[in-house]
Amino acid sequence: MKLNNLFKSELKVLNIGLEGFYNDLKQQKTDTVWLNWKPRSSSNKKSMSLLDKLRKK
Amino acid sequence: MQKVQVKKNSYYDSVTLMLISRDVGSMEGVKEVMVGMGTDLNLELTEKLGIKSPELEGLTSNDFFIAADVESEEVMAALEAKVEELLTAKADAGASDYRPAGFDSAMQTMDLNLALISVAGQYAAEEADRALDKGLHVLMFSDNVPVEDEVRLKEKARGKDLLMMGPDCGTAIINGVALAFANAVKRGDIGIVGASGTGSQEVSVLIDKFGGGVSQLIGTGGRDLSEKVGGITMIQGLEALIEDEATKVIVLISKPPAESVAAKIYEIVKQSPKPVVVDFIGADPQPIRDAGGFACVNLEHAAAQAVALSRGQSPEDLAPLDEQWQKKAREVASELSEEQEYLLGLYTGGTLADEALKLLGNQLGGIYSNIAFDKEHQLDDLSDLNRHVVLDLGDDQFTQGRPHPMIDPFTRNEHLESDVSKQTAVLLFDCVLGYGSHPDPAAEVAKSINKLKENGITPVAVGSVCGTEGDPQDLQASQKVLEEAGAIIFPSNAKAVEFAGLVLGQGRA
Repeated sequence: MKLNNLFKSELKVLNIGLEGFYNDLKQQKTDTVWLNWKPRSSSNKKSMSLLDKLRKK
Repeated sequence: MQKVQVKKNSYYDSVTLMLISRDVGSMEGVKEVMVGMGTDLNLELTEKLGIKSPELEGLTSNDFFIAADVESEEVMAALEAKVEELLTAKADAGASDYRPAGFDSAMQTMDLNLALISVAGQYAAEEADRALDKGLHVLMFSDNVPVEDEVRLKEKARGKDLLMMGPDCGTAIINGVALAFANAVKRGDIGIVGASGTGSQEVSVLIDKFGGGVSQLIGTGGRDLSEKVGGITMIQGLEALIEDEATKVIVLISKPPAESVAAKIYEIVKQSPKPVVVDFIGADPQPIRDAGGFACVNLEHAAAQAVALSRGQSPEDLAPLDEQWQKKAREVASELSEEQEYLLGLYTGGTLADEALKLLGNQLGGIYSNIAFDKEHQLDDLSDLNRHVVLDLGDDQFTQGRPHPMIDPFTRNEHLESDVSKQTAVLLFDCVLGYGSHPDPAAEVAKSINKLKENGITPVAVGSVCGTEGDPQDLQASQKVLEEAGAIIFPSNAKAVEFAGLVLGQGRA
């Protein structure tokens, strides 16, 4: 199962959010990349769902 | 005077801004200050500080602002300069690292296999969806995610044979890597699936202390074992650990699950070829034993049983504190004054506070708490603490607009200095080390205990340090600084609680 493959792989982490977690991973010498994340469309749900529809096309 | 500065479309993470808010709050001439993004919560908190301005209207969560009540224009200028300096220092620290703007470019940087999501709850599900679509396992630290989203994401993850840890998952150790709040425990053959963050930390740390090691620690988030979620992640984790060649013994940690979920889990425990230690904190042990599992009296017992089983030994009951400790309890109790009657527990770890309530509640005839098990002992008014009280300071009511007290000890220091009184007989506390936690939480507790002493307030201070030799903080130094402040330190919360009970049992409780 894929899940058990995870236990046999080297962990490589995409950090989305707090910088502290990214720094902790680097301190543990774990490969990680920190997404330059920003809230989308200022939480305007209507435009978010429109964007989602566009993305799916 | 009230002043506001707004920077549109400048995003910083919430913990960074909460810490800056607190740092500049102590500047001379600053009466109130809020540094944050224009979220509804931050704007509401600003209003509660009594700061109002048309400039704050219509701000979005992409807009940065400083709102302050200051003594003069000069103070505001100094405040703005300080905030700028702190933000620049932050930006410089990570300046050399490439930060992809989107998932697609991130996926090209390396062969990613897990997403650690800690953005505000309202955005977290969308990011998790995206991560699962890319074939990534997910640890979602974010909370305030609707349970419907949790169920949908977990079902989606299960369909793809991926792990969806969380929402509100604070702890995991995957392949020896500590994620979010977790300790540097030795690797070994004990696998843990935990729905309680600090409970999982405590068990993993004690396994390390008892000479064992951890293969994987899978977090589920606190709602996983509810009727609605159905234990999806715990069941997936349990089945994966049964299949995992590196795992010999499995430990499950949670508050008592919904009945239907417990039944499903016991059925798997019954079929498991590997021993399963089950600490459903405070649950009836009989169904666990009936399923062939090993029931526990506390978190330390869970760790001790797991280590014994991994060595092929039969697990034994924990020995109570010996005569030497009983003597010590009598000794310190004899030094208490007549008016020192009560227990005050000030915890940063929710499961540890919960454990204190369960282990001492009966002996003390009930303990009042913000996380009490019954309405009678629910404590909403903190103005009257002249009774036995245990507070979970990581609970929502204490963390609005503030970082969790494990990240920033400020909230607990405040409570240590205001809530401990001449009526407090025993001050009980935790000190959680590890990744994610404050760089030196022990020194912060010691500082407050010393301040209390200066004011003639001298309860018996009893605590435990949840940490390993490998943690980024110095375990030995942490214990030492607390002991130098006069605290009695135990290797586990259960032992600290037991000692507190002994002291209070000397004709006082």
